[in-house]
Order: sequence, then structure tokens, then C-alpha cells
Amino acid sequence: MLSIKNLHVSINGKEIIKALDLEVNAGEVHAIMGPNGTGKSTLAAVIAGREIFEVTEGEILFEGKNLLEMPIEDRARAGVFLGFQYPIEIPGVSMTNFMRTAIDEIREYRGEKPMTAGEFLKYMKEKQKLVELQSKLSGRSVNEGFSGGEKKKNEIFQMAMLEPKLSFLDETDSGLDIDALRVVANGVNKLKSPDNATVVITHYQRLLDYIVPDFVHIMYNGRIVKTGDKDLALVLEEKGYDWIKKELGEELN
Amino acid sequence: MAKDEDKIIGDLTSSDYKYGFTTDIEMEFIPKGLNEDIVRLISQKKNEPEFLLEYRLKAYKKWLTMEMPDWGHLNIPEIDFNEIIFYAAPKKKKELESLDEVDPELLDTFNKLGISLEEQKALSGVAVDAVIDSVSVKTTFSDTLAKQGIIFMSFSEAVQEHPELIKKYLGSVVPIGDNYFTALNSAVFSDGSFCYIPKGVRCPVELSTYFRINAANTGQFERTLIVADEGSYVSYLEGCTAPQRDENQLHAAIVEIITHKDAEVKYSTVQNWYPGNKEGKGGIFNFVTKRGLCEGDNSKISWTQVETGSAITWKYPSCILKGNHSVAEFYSVAVTNNFQQADTGSKMIHLGKNTKSTIISKGISAGKSHNSYRGLVKINSSAENSRNFSQCDSLLMGDRCGAHTFPYIETNNPSSIVEHEATTSKISEEQLFYCQQRGISNEKAIGLIVNGYAKEVLNQLPMEFAAEAQKLLSISLEGSVG
Repeated sequence: MLSIKNLHVSINGKEIIKALDLEVNAGEVHAIMGPNGTGKSTLAAVIAGREIFEVTEGEILFEGKNLLEMPIEDRARAGVFLGFQYPIEIPGVSMTNFMRTAIDEIREYRGEKPMTAGEFLKYMKEKQKLVELQSKLSGRSVNEGFSGGEKKKNEIFQMAMLEPKLSFLDETDSGLDIDALRVVANGVNKLKSPDNATVVITHYQRLLDYIVPDFVHIMYNGRIVKTGDKDLALVLEEKGYDWIKKELGEELN
Repeated sequence: MAKDEDKIIGDLTSSDYKYGFTTDIEMEFIPKGLNEDIVRLISQKKNEPEFLLEYRLKAYKKWLTMEMPDWGHLNIPEIDFNEIIFYAAPKKKKELESLDEVDPELLDTFNKLGISLEEQKALSGVAVDAVIDSVSVKTTFSDTLAKQGIIFMSFSEAVQEHPELIKKYLGSVVPIGDNYFTALNSAVFSDGSFCYIPKGVRCPVELSTYFRINAANTGQFERTLIVADEGSYVSYLEGCTAPQRDENQLHAAIVEIITHKDAEVKYSTVQNWYPGNKEGKGGIFNFVTKRGLCEGDNSKISWTQVETGSAITWKYPSCILKGNHSVAEFYSVAVTNNFQQADTGSKMIHLGKNTKSTIISKGISAGKSHNSYRGLVKINSSAENSRNFSQCDSLLMGDRCGAHTFPYIETNNPSSIVEHEATTSKISEEQLFYCQQRGISNEKAIGLIVNGYAKEVLNQLPMEFAAEAQKLLSISLEGSVG
């Protein structure tokens, strides 16, 4: 589904991602872990199409198509979703209107008929239930006045609404209490299917108690330096990132 | 963002005015220029009573002594009044019995604008007094309204049929010499609408007038007068578009509203006149004086405006809160793009006790335009316990436009409370990216964000008008992003 080869990314001439490779197949859940400033969020932003980053080398294929040549909205319409680390507020725009506009645009792109108002509201209700988002949230403006937890739940709700093929969740667990964490994780698990894939970016192992990844990647200094199964996260939790540094240091030596 | 915005600004200018067509209808003109004879000729053509001719002549003489106001944050080119034709009326071939007899071309014009009289008549229950240039062409629903004693007709008709009401109320809120343009309008006003809601009557339909400037070099001097008698209510809609023209066209209208005891008038405007091309050439000069008088106790006047058109907008819908416990509101969205200039706002003059006014102004500037809010809140010494709340927000798109706020507050009563809030913001790259990441195109995203920003005001509009206004906001900023 997603194939990243030898990716190099810079911002203002400073290289942040260096020769990164990553393969994600349908039906898989990946976790990317690593200390601050190693390029995890940059990777997610580049996948989504954030223009401030410059891809200097390498390729990203999404279902065989060159993702880097697609405009931001077309990536989204083709099924790429980014769960924001800091969801953006849009005052005066109701969640209902926001989602309606998004779904209309996506369906049009895919050559599907628009949903009727009735169908849409029913669909929205189902998805809200799925991710345990209180119905009153839908009438509020996009993320405006939402608590930190509500914002993150709202990201998962939008993911449920848009039914993406590939989701990057950028530190969706940060700042969540344990209940909110469970709600977010449950949402992700319920949305999992053989046809889609999820990449969760996280600092902490605790999210992985709820979302069980097929692969865990450790990112350090702009590269994936170690890949393993879910147990890698536990080792990392136990030994800390210094362990990686040490091991890398040994490798480099 | 810089890259994005350059693109936004670059593309802003590619958006063409959608209503740039003219209608080929036989026109009757009088000679160019303005002098006493022209004023007499206008009055004579309209077969007006003596008092109105006197009124016009007095206004003309006053106008001669006055000068163009220059205090606005506007760059106004010199206007040559000798080049303006002060009166033009579509020639009537014969008396019209029904809508079917209206010039088909004229009907077609309305259809292009999406203002089908038939449709409106049949479907929406809106009575339309359609004004093309200066003379009302057709008034619908008059019969239905007449049964309730509601008078809704063209100003000229009202002059003939209800001269006593015109004489009583004309100029009672906006005096002849109020400003340069009111003197001009009072001298040469061509036509407009008159509306009278009798005691205790709640007007069952939204009354609306569509203005359209249609003859090259023809100044438009509309005159609207709305009187709501005790305990009555009316919602009045005004919407305008104008065809594309190279030469600037002058528009100087007056709207007067009087609400008696316990009466309420809600006046909504969507204004979309030709704003000029992307080089800033052409476009309508819009100098409007709109003022309401809350004459009676517990009366209420509410102005709502969505301003997207005109090269120059100079407009301050105001209220005089004379009656005790009277309420006045001003809700405004003003969009300027390319080289448009707008200096708009409101005046709230508190005279009565326990009076309350609200000003919500939302400016949106794009391109190289300038958008100013200018407002006066005046609390008279007699206005005990009066309150005002003003909120002026500015939204900037790009870095070559300007937003300015000029609030004036005068308080002469210590028991009054006046609040003023102002914000300036930009559409952020983060907001656009967030929308795009959900599959929403940049252009739709701007529409969403702008409509969200203006929501407080749009919510004040009657339902069908709100939808129209939302579309208009998006259209006005169409092509603003790539």
C-alpha cells in the first residue's frame, strides 16, 4: 500500500529525514517510536503533503502512485489520513458542515453520488457511536473550545467518517488520560480492517497496550534504525532510548 | 504560507464578475448634468405634487453649498456631475396588466440573476418590487398585502396614492442637508420603495426589492421609506447586482426607517454591485445613507448587511434610539478584494432611557483592497442605563490588503455601559492544510472558513437570503486560491 524508499527531507536546508525506508501493507498496524526531534512527525507531514518540507531525494508510492506529485486534497481523497498532533480550530464551522463538505468532495473525486442529508446524518450518528463521541460535539465548531481529549477523539471520529485506506496518527495519545486513551485506541481497533492500514506515531509504550502493532519501528536521527514486533516496544520501554543510542554507537564504531 | 499566499493573491485577480451583462431595453433619458431645470424636469416627468418639487429644489440649493465628504479612509476619484444622466426609465410600451406583459428581456435579466419574478411569486412567498434603473417595473403581491392594510409599492406610486404619508415621513430621519449625498439624492431621487405597516400588523411575507443599475452613465438615486406603525413588524430584504461597466457609476441612495411604539423592522441587504476589474478600473461608487429612527418606546430596528460589491462603499446604516427601551442592531459583513475600498460601519445614537444597541462588524480584506470599520456610539445625557456592545473583527487574506478600525465613543451619561471589542486575524496556513487533509479543496476551504467567520452575521439573515449570501461570499473570493 505504502512504499517509501530512500526518503530524504529537509527544512530550510537542514536535513531531518535521512534515507528512510518503510513498507506498509493493507491489514497492518505499524508503530513508529523514537525520541523527540527524530523526524517522526515530519514523516507524517510529508505523507500528508505539508509544503514547508522539501523532499530532496527518494520516493513515496501509495498504491503504486507517486504520492509526492499529488496535491494535498487528492491524497486525502485517495485515502490518506493524518490524525493531527495538534488539531486545528476553525471557528464558526460546525463539525457537521465540515464533514459534509469533506465527504461530498471525496465522493465526487471517486465518482460516487453525493449522500442525501438524511443518509449523511444517519452515517454520522453511526460513526459517532463507534468512536464514543457525544452527539453534542457535532454541532460545535471544528475543535473550537474542545478539551485536549475531545480534540483527539474528534480526530478518530473524522478518521471513522472518511474511512481512509492509510492513516497516520501523529502522537494521538499525547496528553490523554487513561480513559480517553482507551476510547481513542478502541476507535482505532474498531476501524481496523484487512483493507486498511494504520501507522501510529508515539513516544510511549502505553498506547501499544491497547493498539497491538504488527510492526514496531524505532526512529532515530531521521532514520528507522530498528524494526521488530510488539515486543520491541516493551524492550524499549524497559531499557529506554539510551539503549538505542548505545547500540547504534556500537554499530557505528 | 508566503508561497501559498502569493498564489492566493495572484489568483484572486483572475475571478471575473459573474453578473457582467447588460440588458438591451429601450431607455428614456433626460439630458446630462444637473441644474434647476433638470430637477424640475424630473419632478414634472413623475407628475409630482408641489410639495415634492419644493423639497427637491430646496435640496438642490443645499447641495450647491456643500462639498464631497473627504473624511473616509477612501481614495475617491473626482466625480463630474455634468457627465451624469440623472434620470432614466425603461420606456413603457403600454400599461401592464400582468407579469406576462413585462418586457421579456427584462424578465430574462431577472432570470439570469436568479430572480425570477414568477418563481418568487409562486414558490417563495416573497413580494418583489423590482427596480430596474429608476422606475419600478412590477409590483407583486400588492393585493395580498393590501388586504392587511400594508402598503408596499414603488416610491413614485406612493407619491401619487399616499402623498400625505410621504409628506409626513420623507426626510424625517435623514434631513436634506445631512450630508452631500443626501442633499443630492433629495434633489434628484428617481424611484425606490415605500412601505407602510399599519398598527398591530405583522407582515406575513419578507418584503424585498432588487436594485439593478443598468444604463451606462446613469446615476441611481434610490429612495426607500419604511414606516412601521405601533406594534407592527416587517422584515425587508434588499439585494443588488449590476452589470459590468468601464466607467464608474455613482449610486447615492437613502433609506429611512421609522418604528413607532412596540414596532420592529428588520432590514437585510446583500450588495453585489460591480466592483471594478482586477486593475481597479470601473465599478460602482456607492454612497448610501441609511438611518432608522426608533421613534416609539420598545421599538426595534435591525440592520443586517452583506457587502461584497462596489469599487467604493461609503455606508453607515445607523439608528437613533429615541423611544425608551428601544433596541437597535447592526450586523455587517464587508468583503473587499482587488482594489475595492470600503469605509462602512454604523452610528448608534442613544437618546431614550434603557436603550440598547449592538454592533457586530466583520470585515474581510483580500487582494490590494482596503476595508475600514467606522462607527460612532453616542450616549446622550438623557439616555439613562443605556448599553452598547460593539465587536469589530477583521480578517486578512494575503499581505497586500488593509483593515482599519475607527471607533468613536461619546458618553454623556454615567449610568450607561459601552463595550468595544476588536480582533484582527488571518486565514492560517494550518486551517487550510487541515481542511485540505480532509479532502476539501483550497477554494472550498476558504469558503468554509470565511462563512464560519461571518456566521454571527449570516445567521441574522432570513433563511433563503442567508444561503444566497453564503454563495456570494464564496463567489467573491473565488479564484482566490489555486
